[in-house]
Amino acid sequence: MNDFPGAPTTPREGTRLRVLAAMSGGVDSAVAAARAAEAGHDVTGVHLALSANPKSFRTGARGCCTIEDSHDARRAADVIGIPFYVWDLAERFREDVVEDFVAEYAAGRTPNPCLRCNEKIKFAALLDKALALGFDAVCTGHYATVVERPDGGRELHRASDEAKDQSYVLGVLDERQLAHAMFPLGDTLTTKDEIRAEAGRRGLAVAKKPDSHDICFIADGDTQGFLAKRLGTAEGDIVDEDGNRLGGHQGAYGYTIGQRKGLRLGVPAPDGKPRYVLDISPVNNTVTVGPQEALDVTGLTAIRPRWCGAPPTGPAVYTAQLRAHGGETEVWAEPAEGADGAPELRVTFTEPVRGVAPGQAVVLYDGTRVVGSATIATTERRHAPATAES
Amino acid sequence: MAYFDHAATTPMLPEAVAAMTAHAAVTGNASSLHAAGRRARRTVEEARESLAEALGARPSEVVFTSGGTESDNLAVKGLYWARRDADPRRTRVLASPVEHHAVLDAVEWLAEHEGARVEYLPVDAVGRVAPEALRAALERDPDDVALATVMWANNEIGTVMPVRELTAVAAEFGVPVHADAVQAFGQLEVDFAASGLSALTVSGHKIGGPYGIGALLLGRDQAPVPLLHGGGQERQVRSGTLDVPAVAAFAVAGRHAAGHRERFARETGALRDALVAAVREAVPDAILGGDPDPAGRLPANAHFSFPGCEGDSLLLLLDAQGIECSTGSACTAGVAQPSHVVLATGASPEQARGTLRFSLGHTSTEAEVTALATAIGPAVERARRAGLS
Repeated sequence: MNDFPGAPTTPREGTRLRVLAAMSGGVDSAVAAARAAEAGHDVTGVHLALSANPKSFRTGARGCCTIEDSHDARRAADVIGIPFYVWDLAERFREDVVEDFVAEYAAGRTPNPCLRCNEKIKFAALLDKALALGFDAVCTGHYATVVERPDGGRELHRASDEAKDQSYVLGVLDERQLAHAMFPLGDTLTTKDEIRAEAGRRGLAVAKKPDSHDICFIADGDTQGFLAKRLGTAEGDIVDEDGNRLGGHQGAYGYTIGQRKGLRLGVPAPDGKPRYVLDISPVNNTVTVGPQEALDVTGLTAIRPRWCGAPPTGPAVYTAQLRAHGGETEVWAEPAEGADGAPELRVTFTEPVRGVAPGQAVVLYDGTRVVGSATIATTERRHAPATAES
Repeated sequence: MAYFDHAATTPMLPEAVAAMTAHAAVTGNASSLHAAGRRARRTVEEARESLAEALGARPSEVVFTSGGTESDNLAVKGLYWARRDADPRRTRVLASPVEHHAVLDAVEWLAEHEGARVEYLPVDAVGRVAPEALRAALERDPDDVALATVMWANNEIGTVMPVRELTAVAAEFGVPVHADAVQAFGQLEVDFAASGLSALTVSGHKIGGPYGIGALLLGRDQAPVPLLHGGGQERQVRSGTLDVPAVAAFAVAGRHAAGHRERFARETGALRDALVAAVREAVPDAILGGDPDPAGRLPANAHFSFPGCEGDSLLLLLDAQGIECSTGSACTAGVAQPSHVVLATGASPEQARGTLRFSLGHTSTEAEVTALATAIGPAVERARRAGLS
């Protein structure tokens, strides 16, 4: 089996790794693959077919799942001069990412499918198959840094350029997964323009391709429409903290904690200030709204913790990131046990934070080092909303 | 390097390259009346005569096309439209389920857009259509059949169809039969006149000729509705200025294919048998696809299912060692699908996912077979570890 302890971006003397480069068809993963090849590794490109019925062409700047994206990835691989294949992971992706996404929304939570994909697809299904086929590492275009400790263990750190850092969506990787991860874009201070310029210098046609954003499996970007199709519409009430009906909705799954826009409430608030979604209760299909200060969260409990290395043994001070592209906040965090005996993470904020949505990940950092992550289950509010947290 | 994908394309013969480059330097549209046109016309007609002779056809039966796909589409759609126009009851198309996609997708298109009713003829465990199956399908209602289309030899598993028996049955009912002989030409004796076929597809780049050129052999009594309208260059059935250099080179390759066929079949068949034996020795549970009797399969074809393996994984592992082969199945959106051919023979979807096709050709060597013999065992072992994900 593959007993190689790690996968540095620059091979140590005599370590020419067999690297599987996941190529979405975008500029980042293409440059990452090119850098890995240039560093002397034996690189093979793979495009993951994640949709059972891929569209022929990209619409706008979304996604990585069209035949055109697959073609772009193949073109890049041909220019880099590496073998290229398409692997069909559509069934695994549907089960592990799309269905989970729908179920989370149905339960009133706000999932992050990118984390889920990294945990279950790119660094699980793909990595396992790669290792079985004799590869040493999986390479992606994520902006994050893997650091090797003197003892040979691996640490995940924020990208050198923190503005582009994507370590949040990689916070689900454990040490074994990190041992086989390669992020060639993470350890250089390069702006996106410079990455594009580098792609141009390398002759990669994707240099000018727009960035992908949003959720790759929702091609038109209409998450609500996608959820409505999957979950159906269910009329329910929008109420204030005292339970007074202020308006209606077509399905509680259409709302996110902290959401302000699109509530369409006929009645203005007594204080004239904007109202925010405070709570989503799928059980009685009710959305509770209230003033901004009621969003203040003082602590949270998160489930399914995953540690990028040894788990912490007791409470400690960390910084936490609560959503992709979110800022950092200082916390006390402590591993704990839930009522069912399952491991949990309890987090207390030094200063209250707003808009914490169950379903999102809390990722803990020690400086630039990713300590671990967990999925937010419940939050503690300074002003508890009228309806119970579900 | 070991190249086992000659059924996808085979290296051009040096003499075909020479003919192509020689004619590429000469100006002349074969439809022009002046001297340059007459010169080009002469080249084209000599090529037509050569190919006709190589295929047991008359020169007027050779219609040049852009290749196998166009020939298949012209035969299937063109004959369907012509036969239906002559009698609107004729909307039934009989096809083998193991056809190449150029035929399969054409008949499916007719079903979706032109009111055709497609009836797939049953095949046995080696993928062969029995003449009795065709008879049964025809007897049900001989008057509503537009055409039958059954390939001469299968491109994935190499099974040879009983063409002469099939056309004999169809002739009793006056139904035209088309055969895709893209893989058969150069490996089996293909005699259009003796075959009883109304239409037959051949392609240039599978026999050592250039890409982008092929022909449909078309009985003189057949007038398919054209796919391409325009100058009417080819018998008013196919329009478009002829590619004179490609036509000339195709004829050179066609002559060579017919002239060297017996020797090719003997020598390449022996190499294929060695390959099959080597794979079986390295992987005892590998399942040979198609007809185990060498007489019933293309001499240059070997096809295996490797239980517990993903064909894609094997392809990657062998490719990394310089061994080039194919899973044999078509791609949809770049993703290999379980082969419709292997499924039609009654194999399980799991078995259909773990297939590899090794096809040999005029440049194949014993050293290539030895390289495969060394690599296949470890590759299968590794691919099994990766499993069917």
